[in-house]
Amino acid sequence: MQVLPVDIADSWSLSALSDTMVLAMIVAYAVGLLLFAVEAAYGQRTTLRSRTPATVGGSGTSEGGGDEPDDLEVRLRETPSQVKAPRHWVGTLGLVVVGLGLVCNLLQIVARGLAAERWPWGNMFEFVVAICFGAVAAFLYVALRHQARFLGVFVLVPVLILLGVAARWLYNEAGPLIPALDSYWIAIHVSAAIVATGAFMVAGSTTIAYLLAHRAELRRAAGEVVTGVAGQLPSSQVLDRLAHGLIVFAFPLWTFSIIAGAIWADEAWGRFWGWDPKEVWSFITWIIYAAYLHARATAGWRGPRSAWISLAGFACLLFNFFAVNYLFSGLHSYA
Amino acid sequence: MRTALVLLFLLALAAIPGSALPQRTVSVEQVDDFYVDYPELAPWLDQLYLFDVYSSPWFAAIYLLLFTSLVGCVIPRMRTHLRALRSPPPAAPRHFERLPYSARFTTTASPDTVLAEARRTLRGHRVRTSTDHVAGERGYLRETGNLLFHASLVGLLVALAAGSLLGYRGNMLVVEGDGFANAVPSYDAFHPGAAVDSADLEPFTFWLEDFEASFVEDGQLRGQAENYTAELRYRETPDGPEQYHDLEVNHPLSVQGAQVYLLGHGYAPEFTVTDATGEVVFDQAVPFLPSPEAEDMIASEGVVKVPDTSEEQLGFRGVFLPSPTENAAGELISDFPAPRDPIVTLDAYQGDLGLDSGESQSVYQLQTEFMEEIGTTTALGVGDTWELPDGAGTITFTGYSEYISMEVTSDPGRVPALVASSVAVAALLLTLLVRPRRCWIRVHRADTADAETVVEVGGLSKTDHAEVTADFHAVTTRLRNRLRGDSRASQ
Repeated sequence: MQVLPVDIADSWSLSALSDTMVLAMIVAYAVGLLLFAVEAAYGQRTTLRSRTPATVGGSGTSEGGGDEPDDLEVRLRETPSQVKAPRHWVGTLGLVVVGLGLVCNLLQIVARGLAAERWPWGNMFEFVVAICFGAVAAFLYVALRHQARFLGVFVLVPVLILLGVAARWLYNEAGPLIPALDSYWIAIHVSAAIVATGAFMVAGSTTIAYLLAHRAELRRAAGEVVTGVAGQLPSSQVLDRLAHGLIVFAFPLWTFSIIAGAIWADEAWGRFWGWDPKEVWSFITWIIYAAYLHARATAGWRGPRSAWISLAGFACLLFNFFAVNYLFSGLHSYA
Repeated sequence: MRTALVLLFLLALAAIPGSALPQRTVSVEQVDDFYVDYPELAPWLDQLYLFDVYSSPWFAAIYLLLFTSLVGCVIPRMRTHLRALRSPPPAAPRHFERLPYSARFTTTASPDTVLAEARRTLRGHRVRTSTDHVAGERGYLRETGNLLFHASLVGLLVALAAGSLLGYRGNMLVVEGDGFANAVPSYDAFHPGAAVDSADLEPFTFWLEDFEASFVEDGQLRGQAENYTAELRYRETPDGPEQYHDLEVNHPLSVQGAQVYLLGHGYAPEFTVTDATGEVVFDQAVPFLPSPEAEDMIASEGVVKVPDTSEEQLGFRGVFLPSPTENAAGELISDFPAPRDPIVTLDAYQGDLGLDSGESQSVYQLQTEFMEEIGTTTALGVGDTWELPDGAGTITFTGYSEYISMEVTSDPGRVPALVASSVAVAALLLTLLVRPRRCWIRVHRADTADAETVVEVGGLSKTDHAEVTADFHAVTTRLRNRLRGDSRASQ
């Protein structure tokens, strides 16, 4: 390892470092995607470790003294559906590579912030990079905590598309902020929006996987043989729960981000809510995800129907992020 | 729920046109431009309130219906919840095996000991003990949060309504060195709420002492504004003490419940005009507005109206370029927003300005119907004088000052709205994170001859979640381990 040159703190080399890191993370995510795809295609369908007590008639979870006869019987009304997903050692490697990509992603963000001497979210390029960070971090979390590695392909494809778009069309030199963005609220409002968007993105990917798995199950029930990625997916119930959990995490954060944005707008623009196109679309997104949460508790709307609502919410989120800036003129024109 | 779902979708759909079409609440100018571009279509759209979507009757109808359905749903639930909060947990069902979670084991401890231990195990639950079982319930906060969330949405709506009734908003330009007194005539545009007494605004005054703007000098972002700072001297009341405030884009002045904002800035070139007799008939700074197509470099346009001349009135249309340069086509443009040897170019008109007709006129527009163009200048630098043709007089570009565009808003609903929405987020977290559950622990003597007690644990949860099942199981194992400890201690 070569010791970094002293002038690393120099802003030129910092922004060069940040540019190198963009490349490094794109490569890492692409390799990770390839490895997860190999796992999805060639992995053995394996039962994953379950976190519900698999103790029906057993005594596995005894914590006290074991010398007494143990007649503990546990009965669950629904046997927890066993989670089966393709497994292959390259998937583990994929996790490591994506983890390295995430480190590059973080380094990129930090280096850019240091180079520009401000919070590193001031333009579209920086938002996209940060959202990808949020999405990959959320994916790694569910991959490690809920063993949802099988989502890798579903999450990394949109992440790579976004990064490609960012590097090709949205790239901007690291520079100072326009006065309206120069506030500590950028750290609060934009960070919350970024984390929420990242989680919504993983939820959207999971929902697509859910719809595929659901269709595969219907076809299987009809006696067809399902092959390909869809046939290898874990049960739709598991995917549905995972997507719901992610939205339950992201929705309050999105709400908070809207409120923080309103407080900031009150300081910067003289009103907390003015129906600026960006505000309108974040409101629409909020309404649709609220509808999703209601639908999931409404008879006749559970399952694929609420899944489509959640996808509609995600579409609004993407529309808000990309299209609103270019189609409509508004105060959020920088982002 | 189904009604609420449909209304939520309707509300989302209804909000869309307001983002695609220009809105009067956002920018009246954009609506006017739309009228110019689509003269046929615009009146039709206006009939349907499509330029005022968010204050239109149909938008209001949807959200009022939504809130009606919300209140209609929440009030009965509130009653039920209050009753549930006051009553003890329900008795155990007969058949535990029908519950999502059930477990059984035997112990040598007596039924009374088991029930006592069961109560301790269910700490954190609301507990009721009967002869053969202990019932525990927890997670009431989920429903409390849910109801509070919906109630705070109603609160938010009320706060917004109060704000639009009792609040006002006004815009104005203030030139460096000038002052402002908060009264309707001081504003260029004033939008009061329906219940605002325009004669009785908060009586504050301020003076713009100094204004500084800095811009990015080099690179891709050259010319982008870095910082604006305006130094204000102000009094909250006419006889109050003088105070100072550094007004910045993200740092408004809060005075007597109103907020004073810095929105943007521009240049006000100063002119001295003499008429044919050589008398000075005009000597002041005139704010020029950045022209929309060259806004970033603040190439600005404005007019000078000189009514008090000895003969015919004079009018000028002018362009101010802070950093003039020639582009490839040989046209004069501004290539930087800060002033570097600024110039003005003027078109002069002579005739009737139309000020006496009684119709109100914009100070930024020159009506030339009754005027005749008499000449055009070359670029004038600071200090240059232009002799008007035919001895009509002279105009001298004597210098320039900066002005800032400002907004004053007063919205009594803003703090209540913030409180309501903060409560909503907190309540939302309770709703989404608290998992209500009921747990029963029942005992009976075993049929066998041994002095054994059969312990049954049953768990019921409204939310299907693996973690809740794990929690029920933790109750079972904890109880069993305690009983083991007890039976050992008693042996």
